[in-house]
Amino acid sequence: MKRFRYELGESWKIAVAQMRSNMTRSTLTALGVIIGIVAVTLMGTAIGGIQVGFDKSMAIFGDDVLYVGQWPWKNVDDWWNYRDRKKIKTEYAEGLNRMIAMTPNSNLAIAIPTSSVYRSVKYQDSEVNNVLVRGTVSDYIITSTFDFKEGRFFNELESRNGANVCVIGYDVADALFPSASPIDKSVLINGQPFKVVGVISRQGSFLGLFSLDSIVVMPLPAFQKYFTAKSEAEVLVKVKDKTKLADAKDELAGLMRRVRGLPPEKKDDFSINEQQALKSTLDPIKDSIAIAGLFITGLSLFVGAIGIMNITFVSVKERTKEIGTRKALGARRRTILLQFLIESTALCFLGGFIGLAFAYVMCFGIGKAFPFFPIHFSFGLVLAGMIVSVMTGLIWGFAPAWTASRLDPVTALRYE
Amino acid sequence: MDKLNSDVTRPRGPVVIDIESITKDYVMGEEIVRALRGVSLQIRHNEYVAIMGPSGSGKSTLMNMFGCLDTPTSGRYEFNGEDVAAMNDDELAAIRNRQIGFVFQTFNLLPRSTSLRNVELPLIYAGMDPEARVERATQVLVDVGLGDRIHHKPNELSGGQRQRVAIARALVNNPSIILADEPTGDLDSKTGEEIMALLEDLYSRGNTIILVTHERDIARHARRTVHLRDGIIESDEVDVIPAMEAIAAS
Repeated sequence: MKRFRYELGESWKIAVAQMRSNMTRSTLTALGVIIGIVAVTLMGTAIGGIQVGFDKSMAIFGDDVLYVGQWPWKNVDDWWNYRDRKKIKTEYAEGLNRMIAMTPNSNLAIAIPTSSVYRSVKYQDSEVNNVLVRGTVSDYIITSTFDFKEGRFFNELESRNGANVCVIGYDVADALFPSASPIDKSVLINGQPFKVVGVISRQGSFLGLFSLDSIVVMPLPAFQKYFTAKSEAEVLVKVKDKTKLADAKDELAGLMRRVRGLPPEKKDDFSINEQQALKSTLDPIKDSIAIAGLFITGLSLFVGAIGIMNITFVSVKERTKEIGTRKALGARRRTILLQFLIESTALCFLGGFIGLAFAYVMCFGIGKAFPFFPIHFSFGLVLAGMIVSVMTGLIWGFAPAWTASRLDPVTALRYE
Repeated sequence: MDKLNSDVTRPRGPVVIDIESITKDYVMGEEIVRALRGVSLQIRHNEYVAIMGPSGSGKSTLMNMFGCLDTPTSGRYEFNGEDVAAMNDDELAAIRNRQIGFVFQTFNLLPRSTSLRNVELPLIYAGMDPEARVERATQVLVDVGLGDRIHHKPNELSGGQRQRVAIARALVNNPSIILADEPTGDLDSKTGEEIMALLEDLYSRGNTIILVTHERDIARHARRTVHLRDGIIESDEVDVIPAMEAIAAS
């Protein structure tokens, strides 16, 4: 054991001396590994970023809220069967709430009606198009995850009376009121004035597809007064205990069938959606992006690894006589194997280290330049990067190191 | 030439190398080269033997056998009573490490390591502690007259100094034999004589030395000369003259 340690120390010193004396060669070889590690690590940060963004987007839906809608949150092959379903109505919420109240030990807490439509929002000369205008009740706030930048959500009284008040998203506020506070100002939607009572703080986008900040929320009666055309309703139901989501879902399905008056032989003509189901639909897509990305960038690391193997073979060839001498002096096969493995591994380790440093700097730069680009540099990634580089050295250095260890001492000593 | 073919003047130490009718065949393409065709030889402790012969006589092959770098095709080889022919690679490596000190014609020093590190190498393979290692290697370097060249690298040393480092490296593990293969072949004759004087000194201090050479002048330093031709021993003679010269000189 002690001898093994001394041999290890000796091999390390030789490896360092070797790298120093063949600076150009070592640098070029390490460059292959550096590029490989940078590529893989950047891909890793991007995947990490996608994951973080994904989780953040998913969190918007809340893991304790069920969404009753006409369409399921997934790709369906028989879309025509869903197209002809009856529309969801906001009134269902009242019926559901009444039934929830009558059910002892119900898994459901409250049903909240929402109705949405896309409209333009104006203030003086400024205008924002395609804003999601949503009518709902004051309890909507309990199913949501957002905070307020300023102001408040509309209260129960405003909600019931259908006052012309609204809460606007960050992007809307930013576009219409670049310098002043929007609170108590009136914006025009469909020519109707609505007084702004609150501004939602920045939410970001959903998977980078659409902004969650381009939104206006108002009391449902006011919404229904002006925006019934083309609007789409959805009922949000908060569950009491998110660990019993499946039970809650079953219960809600039963209640919805009663609301719709469906006979037992008929299938559900509505969809109950939830975050988890959406996740399981989107996860495979996300995963295949990750795998494809890692595979392609992994190819560059593969090329770097071939460089390592090549340089180790060259090194073994060049130092055949030295190997012979070492064997004559009592180096065993294992000693020689170890020495060349350490050389290839040290080179990879160094390459990996430099690569990670580069990747970190690049991530930092990208993060500064594009704050919303999903990048996530983690400790796990550093660890994985180091392990991958060391493994690269071990695996790709093995064949040449093995060759060296098996050299016949007589032949090796005679080699010129 | 006062060569006596007698056992009387031979040293009577224990047998270190004991080979009996060994042969070695090499396959070169389709041809089988019979490098050794039955060689029997005993070398005792504190002998100074020169192996001579023209190229192709099998002296290199025999030296490789002595050095446990190679195993015979047939025949018996015992080193300090141990059967070498049956050993595997790692056991042979251990014998080479502890029992045999190699001195090569081309010195074979590690070019990027200092004298000290070169001499330390066999001790590392033997598993000696770092402090003891440095102490021992330094002492041997001082013994061969290189006390002021310990931290020099081979390219900062003269040929003679390099060979001294190599001899120190050969000595460092207190081997049973020192195996010198044309040790003066790459040196000028004056430096060569210095190296031979060093070997003479080592011999007088009780070391066993086997010298492989094709130069009669170099072989003259040995007390016993074995001539090889075509893979067999042609003659095996003890020479009393150098011994007398040595005594006269001292």
